[in-house]
Amino acid sequence: MEVTALSNAKVGSAGVVESIDLPEEVSHHLAHLGFLPGTSVEVLRRAPAGDPRVYRIDGVEVGLRNETAKHIYLRLNAEDTGEAA
Amino acid sequence: MSCHAPAEELVQEVPEPVVPGAKKRFRTVALIGPPNCGKSTLFNRLTGMRQKVANYPGVTVEHHSGKMKSIGRSDLTLIDLPGIYSLATYSEDARVAVEVLTGKMPGVPVPDCVLLVLDSTHMNRQLMLAAPVFSIGLPTLVLLNMSDQLEARGGKIDTLALAKELGHPVALISAAQGKNLDVIPEFLLRAGSKEDDGLRPVQLPILQSAASCRTWATQVTGRTKYQAPQAALWTRRLDSVLLHRVWGPLVFLAVVFAVFQVVFTIGQPLSDGMGTLLTSWGAKAALVLPDNWLRLLLRDGLWNGVQSVLVFLPQILLLFLFIGILEDSGYLARAALIADRVMRAIGLNGKAFIPLLSAYACAVPAIMATRTIENKRERLATIMVAPFMTCSARLPIYTLIIAAFIPNEKFLGGVIGLRAMVMLSLYGLGFLAALITAKMLNSSVMKASAAPFILELPQYRWPTVQSLTLRLYDRGMLFLKKAGTVILGVTFLVWVFSVLPIHGGQFSDIATSMIGRLGHWIEPVLRPLGFNWKIGIGLLSSIVAREVIVGTLGTLYGMDPATHAVGLQAALRHDMTLGGAIALVVFFAFAMQCTSTLAVVRRETNSWKLPALQFAYMTVVAYVAALVTNQVIIHLF
Repeated sequence: MEVTALSNAKVGSAGVVESIDLPEEVSHHLAHLGFLPGTSVEVLRRAPAGDPRVYRIDGVEVGLRNETAKHIYLRLNAEDTGEAA
Repeated sequence: MSCHAPAEELVQEVPEPVVPGAKKRFRTVALIGPPNCGKSTLFNRLTGMRQKVANYPGVTVEHHSGKMKSIGRSDLTLIDLPGIYSLATYSEDARVAVEVLTGKMPGVPVPDCVLLVLDSTHMNRQLMLAAPVFSIGLPTLVLLNMSDQLEARGGKIDTLALAKELGHPVALISAAQGKNLDVIPEFLLRAGSKEDDGLRPVQLPILQSAASCRTWATQVTGRTKYQAPQAALWTRRLDSVLLHRVWGPLVFLAVVFAVFQVVFTIGQPLSDGMGTLLTSWGAKAALVLPDNWLRLLLRDGLWNGVQSVLVFLPQILLLFLFIGILEDSGYLARAALIADRVMRAIGLNGKAFIPLLSAYACAVPAIMATRTIENKRERLATIMVAPFMTCSARLPIYTLIIAAFIPNEKFLGGVIGLRAMVMLSLYGLGFLAALITAKMLNSSVMKASAAPFILELPQYRWPTVQSLTLRLYDRGMLFLKKAGTVILGVTFLVWVFSVLPIHGGQFSDIATSMIGRLGHWIEPVLRPLGFNWKIGIGLLSSIVAREVIVGTLGTLYGMDPATHAVGLQAALRHDMTLGGAIALVVFFAFAMQCTSTLAVVRRETNSWKLPALQFAYMTVVAYVAALVTNQVIIHLF
């Protein structure tokens, strides 16, 4: 059960949001899209240029730049832990 | 129209509530919901085509309101509040919503009740808005929208249990299909009376905390046994192609190309045809009028001005149809995701891509389309650069000058023409100016902000005819009204100054008129650019709209005895140097010769500051660039 930045998680891996280290205004917006500690999130795909990437959280698909995703930490699910190192 | 049928079923005059102890009559209903919940579709369903669009005083947030005619309640005004996730006042949109709901918005009556629209396919997230809305204390009907999608993908909601949990009536509807909308007039009737619906207020979570609202929402959906629907398979499948590393950008480029094709291959002939039609109408109408000053004013003054705007309507409507299809289908969000990387390099957001693309047809719809950019500074930066894109109003003067001054030479076995190359370089010049301006704004005044790129990717959907029609109607009317009034006013003034003063009951010649004297007066400033006084007047008149210069020059050279027998191209060749001619198109590549754009920038930003700055900046850039062009050409040839 490894904690990593969302931007470091591989496409296809999934985990649970651990913490979010972003300004109040941004984290508030993200919270209403489902980015809250305890919610499960999946790295769905990358945009063709590699960044932003698309995350599936609580049934919704959200595109985030890596510069934002690197401040969101998640605890990877057991089966994904090995790959994400 | 078939899509109106469900609404018509509801049109039955609802009698005044005669329930004993009826409260004061309802007048105002507020419609609120998170972004992408289908709120606008519902608003259109309830109000039909008749809606008013205005800006709230002091803010850039748009205010839509309309009478609830489609459900037989023309006595009720429905106010469409901006789409928001919460009432926490981080954004201008949320501040507006709170002020309207609490009756603190000047000029907007306090709502008597609220229709809260939520997307039934994402209840955990959507319910987070319910708590703060309930806390306002107005009678509220919770409308769980998109029931068709929920059912199709195997989701379930117990509306009765949910109503008890929320303490407010709940109904499952489909705004897109017009299903179950009769709950709305029923609610409005009941809420206006003191009749007891058996629902009691419930304990609400801590409203300031998103986490607390979320926990509450999850508990509510858990207790009412909400079953979220399956993921939309088609969206996944389509995205694996449309966001594919290779296919994604290819489809994207094809879409960009298609937009150009629409504007140039279909839109241009339509605009030309419209121009011919309008000219012939004007000529016919002129025959009926007596040959006096009134005919001159109506035909040469007002009709020509209005016509120069109207000819762009087909192109603008086509563009909005195109953008509407892209947006409603969900592709626009994907396009923004793909474009984000490139846009970021110049300090803009991926969402600026579509507005900038449509600016190639006209900056007015482009600036209106910047509404999708939530970040204010990025939105202003996009508004600043959009008018540099080569809009279709520049084409008449480009075509005229190129045809008159550039020889029709071909290179590479006739594949590349010199004229086409000059035209392309003018497009490139505008794009370069936009790029440099964006970069400059980013590194100084509008430093890249902390607000990040957060983009919700909605599911793919078929755009509905009703939604597209309304969009075209809405934007078309806005374009005609806002731009039309300004154009009409300025055209009138230009005409008046071109015939005054009156000597012995006769209008002045244009050369001795006030505008002619103004032309001679400004000539010294324009001579280094290679422009004479007639071009000067052309420039002044084209502040109204770029294409006006062609008409003005036609009139001026037509009235001049030395050139009146030859065509406009020959007249220009006789009267201008190559340097001056090229300087003229370079001037047009950069200058803000468009009152419609200035008016729409004012409307969108609610102040004259930005349009004034934009006008000054673009005129200075245009002047310097034209000066350099003319001087360089003089010294080279």
